[in-house]
Amino acid sequence: MKAEIEILHPGLFSTIQDFGRRGFQKYGVPLSGVMDRIALKTANLILQNQADAAVMEITQMGPKLKFSAATKIAISGANLSPKLNDTEIDNNEVVKIHEGDILSFGRPEYGMRSYLAILDGFKTEKVLGSRSWYEDITSHEKLEKGMKLQYEASEEEKYETHAAIKFDEEYLNSQEIEVFPGPEYEKLPETLKSHLRQSKFSIDKNNNRMAIQLSEILENELEPIITGPVLPGTIQLTPGGKLIVLMRDCQTTGGYPRVLQLSEKGINMMAQKKAGDKIRFKSPPTPKGGEALS
Amino acid sequence: MNDFPKITPMGERGILIEFEPEISEKLLRKLLFYKDKLEEFYDEVNIEVINTYNSLLISYMFSIENVYNEVSAIKELFGEAKIGKINNQQIFHLPVCYEVEFGWDLEYISNEKNLSKEEIIQLHTKPFYTVFFTGFLPGFLYLGGLDKKLQISRRNQPRMKIEKGAVGIGENQTGIYPKSSPGGWQILGNCPVQFFDKNNDPPCEISAGDKVKFYSVSKKEFEEISEQISEGTFQLKKENYEG
Repeated sequence: MKAEIEILHPGLFSTIQDFGRRGFQKYGVPLSGVMDRIALKTANLILQNQADAAVMEITQMGPKLKFSAATKIAISGANLSPKLNDTEIDNNEVVKIHEGDILSFGRPEYGMRSYLAILDGFKTEKVLGSRSWYEDITSHEKLEKGMKLQYEASEEEKYETHAAIKFDEEYLNSQEIEVFPGPEYEKLPETLKSHLRQSKFSIDKNNNRMAIQLSEILENELEPIITGPVLPGTIQLTPGGKLIVLMRDCQTTGGYPRVLQLSEKGINMMAQKKAGDKIRFKSPPTPKGGEALS
Repeated sequence: MNDFPKITPMGERGILIEFEPEISEKLLRKLLFYKDKLEEFYDEVNIEVINTYNSLLISYMFSIENVYNEVSAIKELFGEAKIGKINNQQIFHLPVCYEVEFGWDLEYISNEKNLSKEEIIQLHTKPFYTVFFTGFLPGFLYLGGLDKKLQISRRNQPRMKIEKGAVGIGENQTGIYPKSSPGGWQILGNCPVQFFDKNNDPPCEISAGDKVKFYSVSKKEFEEISEQISEGTFQLKKENYEG
């Protein structure tokens, strides 16, 4: 049976995301996809969904949603104090939804982005192989008031009541972000290299799904490069001396020196950082063929 | 011996292959040849290869298990290469309306470069520009071949909003904004053709290795073409190109 979620209040910035859009980078199309893949996998796993079923990515201030029929949901990633009707619910657990239930969010407890998975995933339009929302590619860019999202209602017990899975919250709070040297790292002067290894950096308020700026200004004498490929997790050093961490919606090419590259886990960790949070870069313990920062 | 190509991991899911830091058609031929080889060698489901002026990036769907194996496989693949022509090259003829209404900076360029508007249009429509790659935004073509006489620095203050289709120049580059966006290029005119349509397969008809030639159209022709485009009846002028 077709059912729908009505958006009573859109919150700050919520989108539908899956693992992203592959195969179209050569046309300049960003990869997109969930900012935090660990949380997406966890939420889907709890519901026994397909690993890449589309979820709702919720940033800092959650929306208010009304369900038209029974289903099950699970929330992972940041804790934004979710409430079903008037009862507080926990992250990383199966939550049963009944007709007319209202899901809302409150005060952000920890983390930046929360992930709402629904049984079988959100069935929004698929464009170029993905349901990830991105301006001009999909019809929608973010949740809007009054919008309706389709899902498949389910009364049946697909499985016995499920124990909450163990969720390692460490990555949500840790300041240590794993990085590899980027293509232009070797061109940096020694003083700057050691600064990158030893200093703490803070997350600027200028941050979104495309990129996260760090507040500190470094002395930069590197020349711009001939426009080259960039990926989510590429850290560029701008002529003004700012570090810009490219995230999932980043452009496909860029002309600033690429000084560092986050590990996969590092990208997920960065996705959970909010303005004012501090981070420190470190080399992974056993680089998989990648060189350590020297 | 030179040190190129330089093959290094870029994170856990990428391998970057960098060639000489230059922008040339010869290097583009080499990149596209190797790109084909890589796509042939790997299962395309698991990797994606993009090229820029002097780099190839292989991005993997999963984390790379053993970088050393990958790098040596790539080296072997490159060793046996005899660079051929670029396959299936096409020339696309693109209409541009250079009327002042669209050519916001024509007068500025005219004064700076001591060229009449007619000379600017003539210089801009003469070359067969080479498409080096599509990047940055969906459908943004990186074009090479701008006449030296037209090379001009970007605006000191970027504009907050440049119209979709705006044709501009900045330093040695020329190009078309595929969507409204902020930008610092000097604007010469507007091209009504859409370069990216998510409903088409492929979504972008023009690709690396192709050629682009601009032709000047009047405001009236521009409007006619725009209407044909919205009705879906516009035929883009293209022909095969023997490189």
